[in-house]
Amino acid sequence: MTVTVEDVVARYEPVIGLETHVELSTASKMFCSCATTFGAEPNTQICPVCLGLPGSLPVANAAAIESTIRIGLALNCSIATWCRFARKNYFYPDMPKNFQISQYDEPLCVDGYLDVEVSGRSYRIGIERVHLEEDTGKNTHVGQSGRIHGADYSLIDYNRAGIPLVEIVTKPVPDTGSAAPEVARGYVTELRDILRTLGVSDVRMEQGSLRCDVNTSLNAPGEPWGIRTETKNVNSLRSVERAVRSEMIRQAAVLAAGQRVVQETRHFLETTGDTRPGRSKEEATDYRYFPEPDLVPLAPDPSWVERLRAELPELPAVHRARIRNRLGVSAEDMQQMANAGVVDLVATTVEAGAPVTEARNWWLGYLAQKANERDIEPADLPITPAQVARIVELVGAGTLSVGLARQAVDGALDTGEDIDAVVAAKGLRIVSDANALAVAADEAIAANPDIAAKVRSGKVAAVGPLVGAVMKATRGQADAAAVRELLLERLGAGAATGDT
Amino acid sequence: MSELTRLSAAEIAGAIAVGEVSAEEVTRAHLDRIEQVDDVVRAFLHVDTDGALHAARRVDADRAAGRDLGPLAGVPLAMKDVVVTEGLPTTAGSKILEGWIPPYDATITRKIKDAGIVMLGKTNMDEFAMGSSTENSAFHPTHNPWDLGRIPGGSSGGSSAAVSAFEAPLGIGTDTGGSIRQPAAVTGIVGHKPTYGGVSRYGLIAFSSSLDQAGPFGRTVLDAALLHEVMGGHDPCDSTSIPQGVPPVAAAAREGAGADLTGVRVAVVQELGGEGYQPGVLAAFQEAVSTLRGLGATVLEVSCPHFDYALAAYYLIAPSECSSNLARFDGVRYGLRVGDDGVRSLEEVMSLTREAGFGPEVKRRIMIGTYALSSGYYDAYYGQAQKVRTLISRDFAAAFEQADVLVSPSSPFVAFGIGERVDDPMAMYVNDLCTLPASLAGTPAISVPCGLSEGLPVGLQVMAPALADDWCYRVAAAFEAAYVGTNGPLRAPELIGGAA
Amino acid sequence: MEFPGVWPVGRLDFQAVPDHTVDSSTARISRAEVAHLARLARLAVTEEELDVFAGQLDVILGSVARVGEVAAADIEPTTHAVPLRNVLRPDEVGPCLDRSIVLAQAPAVEDNRFRVPRILDDEQ
Repeated sequence: MTVTVEDVVARYEPVIGLETHVELSTASKMFCSCATTFGAEPNTQICPVCLGLPGSLPVANAAAIESTIRIGLALNCSIATWCRFARKNYFYPDMPKNFQISQYDEPLCVDGYLDVEVSGRSYRIGIERVHLEEDTGKNTHVGQSGRIHGADYSLIDYNRAGIPLVEIVTKPVPDTGSAAPEVARGYVTELRDILRTLGVSDVRMEQGSLRCDVNTSLNAPGEPWGIRTETKNVNSLRSVERAVRSEMIRQAAVLAAGQRVVQETRHFLETTGDTRPGRSKEEATDYRYFPEPDLVPLAPDPSWVERLRAELPELPAVHRARIRNRLGVSAEDMQQMANAGVVDLVATTVEAGAPVTEARNWWLGYLAQKANERDIEPADLPITPAQVARIVELVGAGTLSVGLARQAVDGALDTGEDIDAVVAAKGLRIVSDANALAVAADEAIAANPDIAAKVRSGKVAAVGPLVGAVMKATRGQADAAAVRELLLERLGAGAATGDT
Repeated sequence: MSELTRLSAAEIAGAIAVGEVSAEEVTRAHLDRIEQVDDVVRAFLHVDTDGALHAARRVDADRAAGRDLGPLAGVPLAMKDVVVTEGLPTTAGSKILEGWIPPYDATITRKIKDAGIVMLGKTNMDEFAMGSSTENSAFHPTHNPWDLGRIPGGSSGGSSAAVSAFEAPLGIGTDTGGSIRQPAAVTGIVGHKPTYGGVSRYGLIAFSSSLDQAGPFGRTVLDAALLHEVMGGHDPCDSTSIPQGVPPVAAAAREGAGADLTGVRVAVVQELGGEGYQPGVLAAFQEAVSTLRGLGATVLEVSCPHFDYALAAYYLIAPSECSSNLARFDGVRYGLRVGDDGVRSLEEVMSLTREAGFGPEVKRRIMIGTYALSSGYYDAYYGQAQKVRTLISRDFAAAFEQADVLVSPSSPFVAFGIGERVDDPMAMYVNDLCTLPASLAGTPAISVPCGLSEGLPVGLQVMAPALADDWCYRVAAAFEAAYVGTNGPLRAPELIGGAA
Repeated sequence: MEFPGVWPVGRLDFQAVPDHTVDSSTARISRAEVAHLARLARLAVTEEELDVFAGQLDVILGSVARVGEVAAADIEPTTHAVPLRNVLRPDEVGPCLDRSIVLAQAPAVEDNRFRVPRILDDEQ
């Protein structure tokens, strides 16, 4: 019997929490002026400071602080009037100093919220804190599986060490019920969109510039919140949802068997969607936090903070509401477009003259499919909303059939040329010359007497191959629906009997 | 030729500037002196003959080309091995850094080079600046030129002994709890700890970040002041570097040499004297106070009650910070690596490396620091010590309302025998009783020779408010003029052909 | 050290551990605690060292515990002698170190990366 989330929430209430790390897209690192370019040759973007060489000292990046404050403001947080960096002490080879400069009991931003919509219901996610720290280097484990268990040795690249990292921690989120997995995913999605709108990070989960840890617990109704587990290695939006779902189901089974959930860190497994326990530690890590003596306190000027607030761009939720109004679509439609990442594309296409429905259909349909095939976002397709509007115009005018329009789009995607140029180059044009069609129809009928007979006898559906033959003869440039009509007429099968 | 080593830095610079002697001659004279006496003094860990001659020749070439020479151009200097020097071995007195060649220069190294000062080599020190006798050096002790069977003080004992033994007219040390002032006192020379933040810490291998300061050694107050002016100033690479320029210390030293302290209020700190202090030290100090009175100063007494807690606070704060600062020495990126046999884990290799690479005093302080920062102990130990520090600063502030400078002996003891205190940490720590308060408050303090006790040098400590380093130099210079006028300069005994 | 499993009120990573009082009458630190500190600090101290250190640390801690005698409940802790704020640098790229020079100082290198033996602990 497969247990589902519904089964779980029939007995238990979930509480979720999310910890997100965001790599800022500053030009230089958090505490030194090394470049932050992704994908550089190993250990070519290091200096005494980010390598933690003896004698080196950190100096804080002004832009990173500004970005962090803007993130806090976008999340409705209070901004500290005075705060400090702190050292988080532990030994790990990807940390050159064996301590991380972070923030502990004095984060830059506290106490905000983010509203997430799932299936027409709004959930307010409390934001506990937003703070600033430095990223670690990258370990590559060499051995059997490339994972740390059973590795023979490891290799370390410190290019990433010292890149500014913003940590966003939610308050525990109860009352999500069976929507917990979707709420978690929705939160990360919305957060990602906000960060993108602010322009502070390129938020690519697959590149590691947005990382999530998910916390999950279950409790029986009326009971205090349960033991929570932390799940790491959640590298995509889909994984966020799967990780919560998987943990809820796993914990429910544990509790149902009368056992206690073990407080631990687990790792999400992409391949199975399950989580497995991390290596157990004898004792919890005591990070021995103390204020960073090599840095001085931050006291953001309140009038500067207010200016930053005033200059925040239109945040995604407001933006979506405005677009939704303009397009006049339902909430579900908006959600669908948002999930597919095409809201602005559709809006711009409409602005270029296309009707809403057609614009939506193209972007959610054929174009989304093409983006999927190429493993990119629809926004990255080499075709502009203006060009899509042109396609819609051509189909609407009867100049192109849908099939021809798709050919034109394919051409544009392949060559990057304008639709009109592609149409001209390929000679795409509906063959609507009645005589030419009639000739082709008669030829097809003559060439397939058995099929013709069937159609005459009433088997209208059998006309397919004849349509195909005519399409072939016209190099696909006839309107298939019109061709079918014509054949049926000539075969005396009468008006269309239902389907198109 | 040998007289060159007896000249002051000011005299040498003057002679070079007018062409009386070449920088190369001066450097050779000092290199010869090192060869003659350093096998018994053992001040140096590394003598950079080639580098020194090269730097000297540069000065000579500059002079020949008519270029402007800095005020100390061509003057030789002994650099404490805690300061990072590009291309030259830098050990911090520790086996864990044996063989490490830094790829960058400390800011003060660069300033020395830019000033045309000739760095003769790197001097011995207590390992990672932890100690008061230089016996904690992983390599060998340094011997006090006044009595080769005795310690030269610490942790900057090498630089201090080098200057005292005429191996160099200038030295650079670092002072965290007294590590410039105490060695200066017990080797009979001048040493100054600047206002915290007045000299860049970028490139100083960190011991206790909120206390470390690099400072000058000289055989005269003016020499120390001239070097201070080269070393000091704001550094954008050090976030704790103060924006103010170097106080006019050379001018103050020259003015002070007029030996007129009319109107200057000098306060004796009650708590820095009495039981536990050697009678000879107290006697020399009392005489020094009389001398100051004789120069026109108004002498009074102040009580700074929290100074009694300075030792306790220091031996919590410094170990806490160093336990974190020394975490980076783990055998991964540079320095010693022990136990990597292809089977052991990284954690084991790190532990074996640090066990083999650190001496007992360093291990003790790391463990104390780890303890004091531990969850559950932080508030009672580290947290409380930082509060005591505030109270000590307030004591200073109150005292400075009544006096322009505070005075005390620089150390309760004259130089003790090598091996005498090395097995009793507390007996070693009390060497710092007089120097710790100014370290904790971050205020400037100088030690100037004020006489002998049992034939061994005693130092007078002059403390001033933050940023008022010039007051230290002025009062010290006045005292020096009076003392030398009466007694002649304090000079260590002749070493060549002399016995221990 | 107990790691609370239930959701704490306040920060997610806050550890509520009772403060230890400073008591001068008994030995402040046991051999076992010293061994624990050595482990935390990645120091493979020997058995003999443990005994010596335990005694020495006990004396030192007894001395530094004096800070507890000072009434300082309302006092702000100092973390900087110098009252500076907002020391920042502009977001500009500067020169990096020559990789070959850095790697030349490394105990073990492979593939232009620092090579270390197998790591036991999970990533944080």
